[in-house]
Amino acid sequence: MNDIISQARSLLENKTVDIFIGYEKGTRGPRPAFISKSEDADKLIFDESCSGNLAVYLTRKDLTEGKKVGISASYYALKNLALLFDECQLKEENLRVIAFSGNGDLKLLQSAEEIKQHVEGMPAPVNPAVEEQIRKIEAMTLSERWAFWTEELSRCFKCYACRWACPMCYCTKCIVEVNRPQWVQPWAGTLTNIEWQINRVMHMAGRCSECGACGAACPLGIPIYLLNKRMADQVKENFGKPGEEGNVLSTFKPDDKENFIV
Amino acid sequence: MERKYINRHSLMNCLKKVQADGVSLYAPVARGEQTDFRFITSVDEISFGHIQTTRSAKAVVFPCTEKLFSYKKEKNDVKLRDYDADELPDILVFGIHPCDAVGFGPLAGIFNWDTQDKPYNERRKRITLISLACNRADEYCFCTSVGGGPGNTEGSDIQLTPVKEDGYLVEIITDKGNEWYEKYGSFFENAAEDIRKEDYLVEIPVKFDMEDIIRKVSGVFENDTWRLQSERCIGCGACAFVCPTCACFDIQEDAHGKTGNRIRCWDSCGFALFTLHTSGHNPRPKQSQRWRQRIMHKFSYMPERLSVVGCTGCGRCSRACPVDMNLSDNLKMLNLL
Repeated sequence: MNDIISQARSLLENKTVDIFIGYEKGTRGPRPAFISKSEDADKLIFDESCSGNLAVYLTRKDLTEGKKVGISASYYALKNLALLFDECQLKEENLRVIAFSGNGDLKLLQSAEEIKQHVEGMPAPVNPAVEEQIRKIEAMTLSERWAFWTEELSRCFKCYACRWACPMCYCTKCIVEVNRPQWVQPWAGTLTNIEWQINRVMHMAGRCSECGACGAACPLGIPIYLLNKRMADQVKENFGKPGEEGNVLSTFKPDDKENFIV
Repeated sequence: MERKYINRHSLMNCLKKVQADGVSLYAPVARGEQTDFRFITSVDEISFGHIQTTRSAKAVVFPCTEKLFSYKKEKNDVKLRDYDADELPDILVFGIHPCDAVGFGPLAGIFNWDTQDKPYNERRKRITLISLACNRADEYCFCTSVGGGPGNTEGSDIQLTPVKEDGYLVEIITDKGNEWYEKYGSFFENAAEDIRKEDYLVEIPVKFDMEDIIRKVSGVFENDTWRLQSERCIGCGACAFVCPTCACFDIQEDAHGKTGNRIRCWDSCGFALFTLHTSGHNPRPKQSQRWRQRIMHKFSYMPERLSVVGCTGCGRCSRACPVDMNLSDNLKMLNLL
């Protein structure tokens, strides 16, 4: 605990960063904290309970534009940082990352390469409940699946917490807000909600860190992260891991497999 | 105010009779870890065990998506079909807590501020509200800080207070409640005189000084507190959409060639797009300005213009927030300015 405080404090004192994005004690669990004065670093915490994905703040221009930012990053936040570097959304010189190392100590990461190597060496958190839910849905017939998702998504009221909680949803204008032409009807309704989530999951192809922030953010508890998780699994199965050449969404190769398309 | 008593068994039978009489029942229903309002088919679906529903009951008067009118273009003419109130059902809203019942006040203010809003008023007049006073609360509840309370009767037509394992003290509050009682009185008994309602209510601590905030907040428009409070806000609409009094909406066109519908759907002042002008100018480009707007609207503009505070202390915004923007904590900070 002391360690995150002293590390963040020294980054702020040395003016290595202008702002440190970490976690503080919240109402029922840790919540994001923005520290710009070294004396305020005392309230920082960083442990296994700090699972919320702070990478979402790094593309928020009104918070971070023109600033050097320090951030404490959980496993999935690190994955998102790597993805955001691949998409040219972050500058190495403006970012300092504090992550857990294998022995529980904290490690300072300063470049995209270091972040990528570090996260490669970290064990991915396992979530048997998610695997179980996916197995359950996989076992359904197509009409059962349709009924399941129709019922779940009929409850969506389009607060877009899923989108805003996602580090990869950094478009300045989301497709649901484009109105010339209007691709997706913007009001809530079962069909328009399904359209929205299908659009979102397609835009996540090969870009999702599988952090589950979208599902955790949903105030209605709709398990939308299952869609993204399943998409991520399918992408890995069919295209392998994203490499230097870009992700599945933004690259095209004439020999891309199409055999999985229904 | 007339006091009666009803046991759980009679209450359920009474609600069944209401339903048999063709009245739609809108009530809290448990689903997994959450409880939420919806139209029910059987009274057995009603949840009594929850502390707070995820969403407020406002959708019953202000649906998430509502058709305002439809149109058809014919040669040089446009045929309009106005909002059809005839199809609206009579509704009994059952089991809302006092913080939701009181929330219909600010909504009425907003929807009648200038134009008398037909869909809102037509829906509202067909609704009877039976609230359930609170014998449980959690750390997010703060109704007592905004002039309410666990047994506040304001806004309810009838209020039930759980006073025994299976019984309720019944208070008949409004004329509408009385009319309803006249019809279903046979299910009720007289209340024992020695039942003291306040003995059965949960205690909810006062967390901040609301009068101080109302006095202060219009004078602190330019203050760094808004930025500091809102830094972690991710700008989603969860708080607004679960709120019993938030009534921002967008107007959309559901066009199909020569026919179409004009749709009203929920919106939020927390969205960046909410104030974006066609010119590209946005008067509230930063999240801190949108957060300020949210607080100002509830604690300055609404008290000033509608003589009502735009917050009922239900705590839903704080429970729903993905990043723990705890409203009562932030309001407490405003007391310190």
